[in-house]
Amino acid sequence: MLALLVAQNIAFYIIAALMVVGAIRVVTCKNLMHAALWLVLVLAGAAAQYILLASEFVAITQVLVYLGAIIVLFLFGIMLTRARTGADEDLDNSSTAKMIAAGIGVLLLGLLGYSLVDGFRDTEFGNLMVQRTAQVSDSIFSTYLLPFEVLSVLLLAALIGAIVIARRD
Amino acid sequence: MFLNQFLLLAAILFCIGVYGVLARKNGVLVLMSIELILNAVNINLVAFGAYWNVTDMANVSGQVFALFVIAVAAAEVGVGLALVLLIYRNRQSIDIDDVDMLKG
Repeated sequence: MLALLVAQNIAFYIIAALMVVGAIRVVTCKNLMHAALWLVLVLAGAAAQYILLASEFVAITQVLVYLGAIIVLFLFGIMLTRARTGADEDLDNSSTAKMIAAGIGVLLLGLLGYSLVDGFRDTEFGNLMVQRTAQVSDSIFSTYLLPFEVLSVLLLAALIGAIVIARRD
Repeated sequence: MFLNQFLLLAAILFCIGVYGVLARKNGVLVLMSIELILNAVNINLVAFGAYWNVTDMANVSGQVFALFVIAVAAAEVGVGLALVLLIYRNRQSIDIDDVDMLKG
């Protein structure tokens, strides 16, 4: 049991470090295509964290929807807007704006970090059990049936909206 | 494992995403930063969901909401990229700074 916990912790910190590095590269790198590929690393890391949290269905959905669909959409967007495939110096705001943005980010992180450490100091997960997909579907199709239906209408509306906005006429 | 491990990781990703939204000027990159933010929120939701699932096996609300967020994020990226394409077609550039026609 203890060995399993240690292994979980080691896995968590390795994946977390990869995710943070990937996220920083997404917001700093000079090449649009590379930014999209670093985003893949962050999203795959999130899927791995869901596995660590014993939430298999969300992890699979993350891989299918984010890695499968959204990244491809981003690559389409990058290619259709004919971005330079090499490095592009003109992706960021002025350095003053970047300094202010970094200040806001660090301030927000300090605030969030302080309140999290203060609020959930030593809260541990109990004995994490696999959360079965059957339970997730039971929950969606009973308690959350109405939001689910609204969500499907939202997806349809977004689909039609995207076609109407992007078509040439 | 501590709950805080996941919450702090999500906080770091969220703040990196906020930095990206503020510091980038390319439309597609701003959308990518928004994806980072949504993903950070999803990690929070799943972590809290797993935490509450330990005491109540039938409670999987965290996962359900994470799935809803994933679906809304997909819709958001679809419409967002359509808007970016439209801006590109009209202005031959997707710099957010160039979209200033509302200025008097």
